[in-house]
Amino acid sequence: MRPIARAAIGLSVVITPLVAGCSSSDSAKRAPSPITLVAYDSFPTKDTALNAALDEFAQSTGIKVTVVTAGDAGTMLTKARLTAGNPEGDVMFGIDSTQLSAAIDDNVFAPYQPNGSNAISMNLASMVPGHELTPVDFGDVCINYDKEWFATNGIEPPGNLADLTKPEYKDLLVVENPSASSPGLAFLMATIAEFGDGWTDYWAQLRANGVTVVDGWDAAYYEDFSGAAGSTGDRPLVVSYGSSPPAEVIFADPPRTDAPTAVVDSTCFRQVEFAGVLRGTKHETEARQLVDFLVSSRFQSELPLGLFVYPARTGVALPEEFTKYTVVPTKTLSLDPATIAANRQKWQDEWTDIVLR
Amino acid sequence: MLEANGLVVGFGAQTILDQLSLRVDDGEVVAVLGPSGAGKSTLLRVIAGLLRPDAGTVLLDGVDITDRPAHQRNIGLMFQDEQLFPHLDVFANIAFGPRMHRWSDDRIDQRVHELLGLVGLGGLANRRVDRLSGGEKKRVALARALAPRPAVLLLDEPLTGLDRDLHDRLIAELSEVLAATKTTAVVVTHDHDEAGALATRVVQWTELQPLSGVDDQQRA
Amino acid sequence: MDRHRAALNRLPRSFVVVLATAPALFIVGFYAWPVVNLIWSTTRRTTAGSPFRHTTTIVWFTLWQAVVSTVLTLVAGLAPAYVLARYSFTGRRALLAMATVPFVLPTVAVGAAFLALLPDSWHGTARAMILAHVFFNVAVVVRLVGSMIAVIPHDLVGAARTLGANAAQATRLVLLPLLAPALWSAAAVIFLFSFTSFGVATLLGGPTHPTLEVEIARRATQLGDVRGAATLSIAQLVMLAVVIVWATRRQRRSALELTGATGSRRPRGRREQAFVVTVAVATVLAIGAPMAALVARSFDTGRGWSLAGWTKLGTAEVRPGVGLGVDPLASIGVSLRFAVVAALIACAIGFLAASAIAASPRLGRLLDTGLMLPLGTSAVTVGLGLLITFDVSPFDWRARWWFIPLGHALVAVPFVVRSLLTVLRTIPSDLHAAAATLGAAPIRAWWHVDARALRRPLLAGAGFSAAISLGEFGATTILTRSGRETLPIAINRLLGRSGGLPRAQAFAVATILLALTTVVVMVSGVSERLGSDRA
Repeated sequence: MRPIARAAIGLSVVITPLVAGCSSSDSAKRAPSPITLVAYDSFPTKDTALNAALDEFAQSTGIKVTVVTAGDAGTMLTKARLTAGNPEGDVMFGIDSTQLSAAIDDNVFAPYQPNGSNAISMNLASMVPGHELTPVDFGDVCINYDKEWFATNGIEPPGNLADLTKPEYKDLLVVENPSASSPGLAFLMATIAEFGDGWTDYWAQLRANGVTVVDGWDAAYYEDFSGAAGSTGDRPLVVSYGSSPPAEVIFADPPRTDAPTAVVDSTCFRQVEFAGVLRGTKHETEARQLVDFLVSSRFQSELPLGLFVYPARTGVALPEEFTKYTVVPTKTLSLDPATIAANRQKWQDEWTDIVLR
Repeated sequence: MLEANGLVVGFGAQTILDQLSLRVDDGEVVAVLGPSGAGKSTLLRVIAGLLRPDAGTVLLDGVDITDRPAHQRNIGLMFQDEQLFPHLDVFANIAFGPRMHRWSDDRIDQRVHELLGLVGLGGLANRRVDRLSGGEKKRVALARALAPRPAVLLLDEPLTGLDRDLHDRLIAELSEVLAATKTTAVVVTHDHDEAGALATRVVQWTELQPLSGVDDQQRA
Repeated sequence: MDRHRAALNRLPRSFVVVLATAPALFIVGFYAWPVVNLIWSTTRRTTAGSPFRHTTTIVWFTLWQAVVSTVLTLVAGLAPAYVLARYSFTGRRALLAMATVPFVLPTVAVGAAFLALLPDSWHGTARAMILAHVFFNVAVVVRLVGSMIAVIPHDLVGAARTLGANAAQATRLVLLPLLAPALWSAAAVIFLFSFTSFGVATLLGGPTHPTLEVEIARRATQLGDVRGAATLSIAQLVMLAVVIVWATRRQRRSALELTGATGSRRPRGRREQAFVVTVAVATVLAIGAPMAALVARSFDTGRGWSLAGWTKLGTAEVRPGVGLGVDPLASIGVSLRFAVVAALIACAIGFLAASAIAASPRLGRLLDTGLMLPLGTSAVTVGLGLLITFDVSPFDWRARWWFIPLGHALVAVPFVVRSLLTVLRTIPSDLHAAAATLGAAPIRAWWHVDARALRRPLLAGAGFSAAISLGEFGATTILTRSGRETLPIAINRLLGRSGGLPRAQAFAVATILLALTTVVVMVSGVSERLGSDRA
C-alpha cells in the first residue's frame, strides 16, 4: 500500500499545477465546482461591471462564483482567522496592507503564486514574499469633505489632520471603527504616521471635538456623510477613499461635471488590497483559477470604476473619467509593515479605550 | 365596651353578615355559638379591622372605629390556625406586638416571660415555631395576642383541631388566663362545651341577626 | 432474589445507564471539554502584551449595572407579582402571560424595541440597558416571588396588623422576610442574566458601555484576540460561580417551610380595586410600549411613514449592486431551521436525561447538575469554547449545519429537563405498579406511563428550546458564518447602519422575530410553565 500511496501523492503533486495551468481542457472532464468569493460589505454582489466580469469568468471556465459579503474588512479577516482551515468560502478578496501580518501569521491562506503575477507592480508584490496573498489593487484612504456644505456655511475646509481638532470643525467628522473597518484602521495608521506617540492625545482631542464612530465605511459614507449622493447624513467630513470624488461624478444622476466632494490631500494613507486562496478550501483548483482571474487584465481593467481603486497590475489602461477627478496625493502617509504587525492590536485596544470608552 | 351595629358583609352575590349586631361589656367573655361556615370568622375580621363592612359600624368605648385601620384599634385576634410568624422564634412572635407599640426592651422582656409563664411555655422562648406541637402553637398564639394588652381579645375557634385530652386541658387553662388577665373577649366557636366553659355569656349566631323578612323592610 | 425484588417495578439499572449515556456524552463533549480547552488555551502561550488596561473598568461597570438592574427589577416586579398572586380579576391570565413572556423574548429584538422607544439621547447609555434588563426580568420576579406570595397566608399579614403593625411595617417585618428565599433566588437569576447581558448591552449600551460579555465578543470577533477573550471568559466564569454559590447559600439559610396555598381573591373596596387596576395598567403599558414603538418605527424610514422597511426586506440594496451584506428574508428561513434542529436535539437529550434523573436519584443528581452548568456560563463563552475546540479534523465541525443549533440546544436542555421532571416526579409510583400488575415489564411500563405523560411538557420544552434558539445571540455571534445569518444577527447588522431605511428594516425584522417567538411560546404553552420550576 505504502509505495502506491506515495506514488499517488507524487502524481498529484505533479498534476495539480498542470491542472491549474490549463484549466479549460481539464475542467471539461471533471465538472468544476461552483465556488464562493468572500468579500467585504461594499463589494458589489450583482449588476455591476465587476459582476459581469465574474460572469464571464464563469462562462469561460465553468466555475460559477457566488459572492458572499462578511462585514467590513476587519470583521471579515477576524472571521477568517477564527475559521482558518475550515473557511466560509474558497477565495477571499479585500485583505488590506494593515492586516497583512495577522492574515499570514494565523495561516488563513494557502500560498499560491497566480498566473500573471509577474505583471503585478514589483513594490506591491514584494509585500508578500511567501505568496500567501496576491495584491489586487491599491488606493488611498483620505479625509473627504462636502464642498457644498463648506461653501454654504462659509467655513474653510480643513487643510490637514491637525485642523480636525479645531473648534470650527466640531461635530463634523465621521470615522470608521478601526477594529471593524479597513479604511478605519488605515486612518488610525495615518494619524500614527503623522503624530507618532502623540496620536493618543490627537484622538482624545478628536473625541472632545465630537467625532462620530460607525462600524463600517458603507454606513459612514452613505448614511452619515452629507456629501454622498442620496445620503441622509449631516456630517460634511468623512474618512473615505481618494477615489470617492470621481465616484460621485461618475454615478451622478443627473450627470454633473465636477465632484461635489473633495479630498484633504495631506491626510492620505496608502492601502493595498489583496486576495488569496483560503486554506482548507475543498475547491483549491477552482479557487486558484479565480485568483488568476482577479489579477488578469480583464478583471483589473474593471477595478478603477468598479471599486474606485488603482489596479495592481501594471500596464492596465485607466479610464479617463477616473483619472480626471482623482487627485493623486503629493505624498502619502505610510508605516513600516513590521511596525504595524507588532503594534496593530495594541493600537486598536488603545484607540478603543480613548475614543469609545 | 365593644359594640357592633347592623354589620353587612357580602362577597359577590352571597351575604355573609346580614345586619349583625353584638354588644360586649368590659370584662365580659362572650361566646358566639354557631355552625361552621356561618360567617363567625368574618365577624371577627370586621371587628379587628381586617375587613371593611359594606354597612354598619363598630364602636369601642363609644368611639366609632369602623374606618380605623387594624393597627390602631388595639383589638387582638387569635387566629384559628394560629398564623405564627414562621421566620421568628417563640420570643419574637410574642414580642411582636409590644415592639410595634414601641415598648422598651426591658418591658418587652418582662412581658414575654410573664406570658410564657402564664401559658406554661417557660423554657421555649428561643424555640423555632415550626418545632412546636399543636398545643404549644395555640399557647404561643394566645400569648402573642395578649402581649400588647389589647382592649378586646377576639378568639377564632381557639381550640379546634386538638385532640380531646389537650382540648379539655386547654379549655381550663384558657379560661384561667382570660380570668387572670381580666380580658374582655369574644370567642367564636361551634362547640357547646367550649362556649360554656370559657364564656361568661353565650349567644347563638342566629340571635345576632334579625330575621330576613324584617331585614328587607329595614333596608327599604 | 434480592436483586429481583429491588428491581421490581423499577427500571433496570443498566437501562438507566443507557438512558444517561447520551446526555452525559453531550454535556461532557460539547460543554465541559470545550470549557477545559478554553482554560487550557489561556495558559498555553504567554499573553502577547495585549493591554487589559480597561478591564477593571469593564468588570466594574458590568458588576454595578447588574446590581442596579437586579435591585430595580425586584422593586418594579413586586407590585405586579403581588397583584397577580393575590387577586383574581378579569384579564388576570392575559396579564400574567404578558408579564412573563418578555423573559423568553429575543434580547436583540427587545434591544431593538427599546432603541425604537427611547429618544436618541438614551442610546448608548447604561440607563437604557438597565431599563431593558428590568423589562426582561420582571417575569422572574412575577414567577419566583409571585409563587411564594401565593403560599404566604393572608392572615400572617393580618396577624401583624392586629398586633399594631402598619402596612409598611407588616410588609417589612413579615412579608419581606418570608419572601427572602424567593427574592434571593430571583435576584440570583436576574443578576446572572444582567451580568452576562450581551444582546441588550450590544444594542443599547453601545461600544461606550461594554459589559464583560460584549468585550469578550469584541476581542474574539473584531480583534481576533481569542486568547484575550478566553482569559476574560474564564474570569467571568469564576465571578459567576462565586455569585451563584453565595446566592444559593443565602437562599438556603433563609428557606422556610410554608404550607398554605391560600389562593387568590377578588379585590375588595375602592382602594384595593384602584391598586389592582393601577398596577395592571402600568404593567401593560410598560411591557406594551416598546413593542408598539418597534412596530410603529418599522414604518418610519426617516423621511415620513412608508412601507419601505417591509417591502424592501428581500432586496436589501444600499445602492445598485451593493447589498447590505445580509439577507433578512433568508435569515428567517435560517432561524426557523436552526430552531427546529435545536428543539429536536434539546428534546431528545432532555427526554433521556429527565428519564434517567427521575429513575436514579444518585446518578441523576450528577447528571442534573452537569446539564445545568451551561446556564451559569455565558453564551459567548459557550460559543468560544465550541469554536476553538472543534477546529481540528476530523472534529472540524465549524461549518456543519447543526453546529449552531447544537450550541443553542446546550442552553435549552436544562429547561427541557426541568419541564419534564416536574411531570415525571408527579407520576405516582402506583401507576408503575398498576402497569406491572397488568403484565407490563418495567421498560414497557416506563414507555406506557412515563413517556406518554411527557408529551405535553415535551411540547413545552420544544417550544422553549425553539424560542431560545430563535433569540440566541451570544454563541451565534461567535459561530455564525457568512450567508447563514440568523434573525438576531441580521437585526444587529441592520442596526449597525445609521440610514433611515436599514433602521426601518431592522425594526421590521425585529418585529418578525418577536412575533415568531411569541407564537412559538403561546402555541407550545411555555408561558404557563415559565419559570415555575426554576428556583
